[in-house]
Amino acid sequence: MLDFNRNHFEIFGLAPRFALDTEALERAYRDIQSQVHPDRFAHAGEAEQRLSMQWTTRVNEAYQTLRQPFDRANYLLELHGIHAMDPSNTKMPADFLMQQMAWREALEEAKADKSFAGLQDLGRDIGGLAQAMQAQLANLLDRQQDFPHAAEVLRKYRFMQKLLAEIDAAYEEIE
Amino acid sequence: MALLQISEPGMSTAPHQHRLAVGIDLGTTNSLVASVRNGLSVVINDEQGHPLLPSVVRYLADGSVTVGYPAQAKQSEDPHNTLVSVKRFMGRGVRDIRDIAALPYQFVDAPGMLQLKTVAGSKSPVEVSAEILKVLKRRAETALGGDLAGAVITVPAYFDDAQRQATKDAAKLADLNVLRLLNEPTAAAIAYGLDNGAEGIYAVYDLGGGTFDISILKLSKGVFEVLATNGDSALGGDDFDHRIYCWVLEQAGLSVLGDHDKRLLLTRAREAKEMLSERPTAGITAMLSTGQLVDLRLDEPAFRAMTESLVNKTLLPCRKALRDAGLTPAEVKGVVMVGGSTRMPRIQAAVGEFFGQVPLTNLDPDKVVALGAAIQANVLAGNKRDDDWLLLDVVPLSLGIETMGGLVEKIIPRNATLPLARAQEFTTFKDGQTAMAIHVVQGERELVGECRSLARFELRGIPPMVAGAARIRVTFQVDADGLLAVAAREMSTGIEAHIEVKPSYGLSDDEIARMLRDSYDHARFDVEARQLAELKVDAQRLVEATEAALAEDGETLLDPAERAAITARVAALTQAMQGNDAQTVKRASDALNQGTAEFAARRMDASVKRALKGQKLEELDL
Ligand SMILES: Nc1ncnc2c1ncn2[C@@H]1O[C@H](COP(=O)(O)OP(=O)(O)O)[C@@H](O)[C@H]1O
Ligand SMILES: [Mg+2]
Repeated sequence: MLDFNRNHFEIFGLAPRFALDTEALERAYRDIQSQVHPDRFAHAGEAEQRLSMQWTTRVNEAYQTLRQPFDRANYLLELHGIHAMDPSNTKMPADFLMQQMAWREALEEAKADKSFAGLQDLGRDIGGLAQAMQAQLANLLDRQQDFPHAAEVLRKYRFMQKLLAEIDAAYEEIE
Repeated sequence: MALLQISEPGMSTAPHQHRLAVGIDLGTTNSLVASVRNGLSVVINDEQGHPLLPSVVRYLADGSVTVGYPAQAKQSEDPHNTLVSVKRFMGRGVRDIRDIAALPYQFVDAPGMLQLKTVAGSKSPVEVSAEILKVLKRRAETALGGDLAGAVITVPAYFDDAQRQATKDAAKLADLNVLRLLNEPTAAAIAYGLDNGAEGIYAVYDLGGGTFDISILKLSKGVFEVLATNGDSALGGDDFDHRIYCWVLEQAGLSVLGDHDKRLLLTRAREAKEMLSERPTAGITAMLSTGQLVDLRLDEPAFRAMTESLVNKTLLPCRKALRDAGLTPAEVKGVVMVGGSTRMPRIQAAVGEFFGQVPLTNLDPDKVVALGAAIQANVLAGNKRDDDWLLLDVVPLSLGIETMGGLVEKIIPRNATLPLARAQEFTTFKDGQTAMAIHVVQGERELVGECRSLARFELRGIPPMVAGAARIRVTFQVDADGLLAVAAREMSTGIEAHIEVKPSYGLSDDEIARMLRDSYDHARFDVEARQLAELKVDAQRLVEATEAALAEDGETLLDPAERAAITARVAALTQAMQGNDAQTVKRASDALNQGTAEFAARRMDASVKRALKGQKLEELDL
């Protein structure tokens, strides 16, 4: 039965790990969708249409969460009872915040100079660090199972993601 | 025991009549209808052999209506009553329309959606679109020789909730059963993808008369996935015409023109533009109502210079869509060109340069969308058995609600796959607050004022608590057509408020019923007979689907008693359908629906289990 208590990983028959085989996820997602999608039931009875809608909605939610590294890590932590993004958990180390400020200044500067190269450099640096954090998350979540520490890294990772989004937005602004 | 046949669940295997289903491209400028005949998708021509139906509707004083070429011919003679490009007004208020001064119509700012004043009274864009759909419906029924079971109607990918709802209302008004609203670029990809067996990332660039859409699609193993869409719902060939029109005014030293002359020059401008796609120069000749003769010659370089900014304006959404999809132009395997305006060599060159490849133009850009929609309609109607492909569409624009300070909190991000539901919790701002106003908006901007307001509703009866203690869960549900419903619920008390986003922008069912009655004019309109007919069609469908399901899985998933119970309800419904009492049919249908709920759930689970079995994964306990 469609069990709403089953977790996102179980829906796709995947082990609950951060280092996920994204191709296997995608394959499972498509295989299930091809069975349950409303287009398959446009001519079926009401009961089947309703079920199809519920299944697809559930599968989409699970897929959206698992495909993004941030959401996946956050979800894994929640499965272990840790709400990493809880507002009470926002304290960040001072040196990290200093570094953030430096990056933000660099971003403002690149924007003011309308410098594509500046944005690109910044994007590459921060993107590289975000990548490294993903590796760190995989280690902490899957091997060490050090969840509090992983939550800390995840909070930093979110800062990096926001910066990357702002860099993207900056391209649009100066275009 | 006879061997059981195993086929895909959800697909009817019981012998049934081929259901007549069509795809309709309800375009700003031109509309088309297509259908799959003998396994091939073809556009259905009118009796004179024209594939296109100009999306032009003329209202006459005696209440009669003409649509298409005859209406278009009267465009400059009778500009107030001859409505063109009405798609631009779907789900829109007067304030939303750019260039409103340049349009020859008298607008009436009705709540929710504007109306247009004609000799036959004020007409909503929904009614006007319904006239176009009625003509296409009639055309298809004549050509196919029977009543239509359903239609897939296409909309620009960038259409928001209000515009989609308006389109669906128009179909209802034209008495069409909408199987699905389908994004135009996706329809184009279906037409191309299936014909060419393409795999990989594709971009669909659609520049029509009034809208521009860019979609990034991934085609793989029969799944069409929309990765990102972007565009401009007010940019198209009309804008190119307008540039030429302004140039003519300048060259001929004209200032304020009457509606008739304005229309005439816009038509000449369009003809010149289309000519320039084939030839280096084009003449513009027109006799104005003042007796002044306009006689000019426009060459390609001049045309190019005056429209360069429009061409470039289409590239920004291309860049954004790629960025949303996380891709570079080099990763795009093919660029599909759709829409009459992509015949302009300058457009083809600019797109080719942007994506670094020659765009695909082997299908007729006017017909691609309708052809793809027909293919999808055929599948949804249940005619195609080995449906080996699936379409995963996305939300075109983010959906959210207003929070403190006029800011938008996004609940559903743009490009999330349909259908979906998402919930978010909010809390009260003041001590003892007992009501909460919920304002639903759609758009990418952070300020409420810069997004489109979809609906407002209130959740009342929140028990008085200190600020921040109440927990109000707002749930957004978007269906497979991209239409939204919102619910709010206070978690500690369970107090709930719902809204179908429809009422504030779309038409209520009462309004539709009224319009239907009006449209049947003096002819008697029998609401009850229509209701009974609809109920019987649904009942027939239900019986067929149930019998097919029993044939497939009845032996394996049901015990004899369960099977007998369902069979009895099928028999009861079949019996009820012989009679003419709507209530009896309705009751028997409901009974069968309830009686098959458990069976349907088992079938769905079994099919998911089968789907995952194919993979080498750890044992599943599904
Ligand atoms: N040969 C051509 N050269 C340039 N523009 C053309 C040509 N043929 C058609 N068009 C333009 O295409 C537009 C209509 O495209 P179409 O795809 O039918 O629009 P829509 O999807 O908005 O209904 C009109 O602006 C028309 O002038
Ligand atoms: Mg079109």
